[in-house]
Amino acid sequence: MTEAGTPGVSARQLERDAYRRRRARTRAAVAVVSTVVVLGVLTAGVLLSPGWPRVRETYFNLGEARSVFPEVAKAFVLNIRLFLVAEVFILIVAIIVAIIRVVPSPALAPIKLLAVVYTDVFRGTPTILVVFLVGFGVPALGLAGLPTSLFWLGVIALTLSYGAYVAEVLRAGILSIHPTQWASGRALGLSYGKTLRLVVLPQAVRRVAPPLLNDFVSLQKDTALLSIIGLVEALRVAQVDSGRTFHFSSYIVAALFFIAATIPLARFTDYLTVRSLRRENGI
Amino acid sequence: MAEAAAGLLRAEAVRKSFGDHEVLKGVSLDIAEGEVVCLIGASGSGKSTLLRCLNLLEQVDDGDIWFDDREITDPRVDADAVRRDIGIVFQAYNLFPHLSVEQNIVLGPVRSRGESRADARARAHTLLERVGLGDRAGAYPDALSGGQQQRVALVRAIAMQPRLLLLDEITSALDPMLVGDVLDVIRDLRADGMTIVMATHEMTFAREVSDRIVFMADGRIEESGPPEQIFTAPRSPRTAEFLARHLP
Repeated sequence: MTEAGTPGVSARQLERDAYRRRRARTRAAVAVVSTVVVLGVLTAGVLLSPGWPRVRETYFNLGEARSVFPEVAKAFVLNIRLFLVAEVFILIVAIIVAIIRVVPSPALAPIKLLAVVYTDVFRGTPTILVVFLVGFGVPALGLAGLPTSLFWLGVIALTLSYGAYVAEVLRAGILSIHPTQWASGRALGLSYGKTLRLVVLPQAVRRVAPPLLNDFVSLQKDTALLSIIGLVEALRVAQVDSGRTFHFSSYIVAALFFIAATIPLARFTDYLTVRSLRRENGI
Repeated sequence: MAEAAAGLLRAEAVRKSFGDHEVLKGVSLDIAEGEVVCLIGASGSGKSTLLRCLNLLEQVDDGDIWFDDREITDPRVDADAVRRDIGIVFQAYNLFPHLSVEQNIVLGPVRSRGESRADARARAHTLLERVGLGDRAGAYPDALSGGQQQRVALVRAIAMQPRLLLLDEITSALDPMLVGDVLDVIRDLRADGMTIVMATHEMTFAREVSDRIVFMADGRIEESGPPEQIFTAPRSPRTAEFLARHLP
C-alpha cells in the first residue's frame, strides 16, 4: 500500500513520519505555552507589586541612566585594563604552579609543598579578603620596591587569588593527557621539558579552554571588587553617582557594561571549541 | 662488565617487575646490524615490556643493555640521546592529535635532533609519498583511518633516522583489511637494511620477513632460531603448543 507521489516509501514509514510530526508539534506547543505562562506570571508579579512604581523610578530611570552613562563608560576602561593585565600575570603564575605540582621530581619536594600551600590558601580565601589584605597590608609594610599604586596592588590581589584557581584547572588538564602521549614524546628523544611544552601542554590547554575562559569571565566581574581599596572603576563611579542622586539606575548601567564585556568572551570560547573540534576531526 | 658487545644491541639478563608482578625474568638477546627479529608469544609474556626496556622507556630492575658497545642502562647515559637512535612505534599509534601529519613527523627531527625545518619537511614528504600518504600531510590524525595513522606513526619514527626500530604489535589494533598496507611498509624497511625488532601476532608475516624468531613465555625467552626451524621443528614443547594454537 504505497501512497501516490512517494513511490518506494511504505505506508508504515509514512505513518511513523506523521506520528513524529504530530509529536514534535505537541512538544513545541507545550514549550511555548509554559514559557509564556512563567514569564507572564513573573512580569505581572513585579509590575503589580506595591513598590514597582518606586523601583521603576529609582532603578530604571532612563534620563538618569543616560546622564551617568559616559562617566561609567570612562571608568569601565579601567576594569578592562585591570582585567587584561591581571590575566597575563595569572596565566604565568598558574602555568608555573601547575607545572611544579605535576613534575614528578623528588628534588622539587620543598617547592611542591609551597605550591600546594599556595593553592590551598588562596582558593580558600574569599577574593574580597585578599583584595583587602594586599590593598592595605602591602603598603603598610613600608618596604622599598613594593608597588604602592592602587592599580598594581589590585593586579597583585587578583593574580594571587585567580592564579590558584587557574593553576588547578591547568593541572587537571595536564593530568588528563594520556600517558602514551608522554611516552611518544620521550620516544622521539624529546626531553621531559620539551615533551611537556610541545606535546602535553598544547593539548591540555585546548582541553581546559572552556573552564579556563569561564574563570576569566569571572575575573572580569571581580575587577569590581577593587573598588573597595579605592580604585575608581565602573562600580565605584556608579556608587558615587547613586550617593549623589539617590538613584540606582547607575548600577544598572554598570551591570550592563559587565554583561556586554563578558558576552564576546563567551562567544570566543564557543568559537575556539568548535574550531579545534572541526580541525582535529577533519569535519 | 666492560667487554664489547658483538652486535648492534645486546641485552643481558634483563629483569623488570611492576609491583609484585615480575614481567621479565632475566632476558638475554643479541641483535646484529641489519637483522629483523620477531618476538612472538602470548599476551603478557613480556614482549612489550622488553621493547620498552630496550629504548629506556622503562627502567630495568637488573641486567644490562648494550647499544653500539655502550652500556645504556648506566644512569649517567643521556637517555634522550639513546632514544634518538632507537625508534619505537606503539600498538595504539599515539600520534599527537593537536598536530597535523607533517607536524607530527617533523617534531622529532627538528626539536630533538636539531635539524633544519626545511630538511625535515622534505624528508617527511618523501617518506609520506613512499607509504602512499603523500596527499595527507596537512590532515590531522583523527581524520585518518587506523591504517593511515599507523603508517604515519611509522614515518614519524623513521624520520628520526634511527639505527634500530622497535615495533610493538603495530598491526594488532587494525582492521584486517588495513594490515596489509602497514606490513608493506615493514617489507620496504627491511629491503633498505633497517634493523628491526618487532613484537607481533602475525605469524605468517613473521615467518616471511624475519631472520630470527624469538618465542617468549612467562617473562623468559623459551626458544629462538631461524623462522623455518621454529615453525617446522620447534625444540620446546611450549613453542609447539603456542604455534599449534596460532598458526592458521
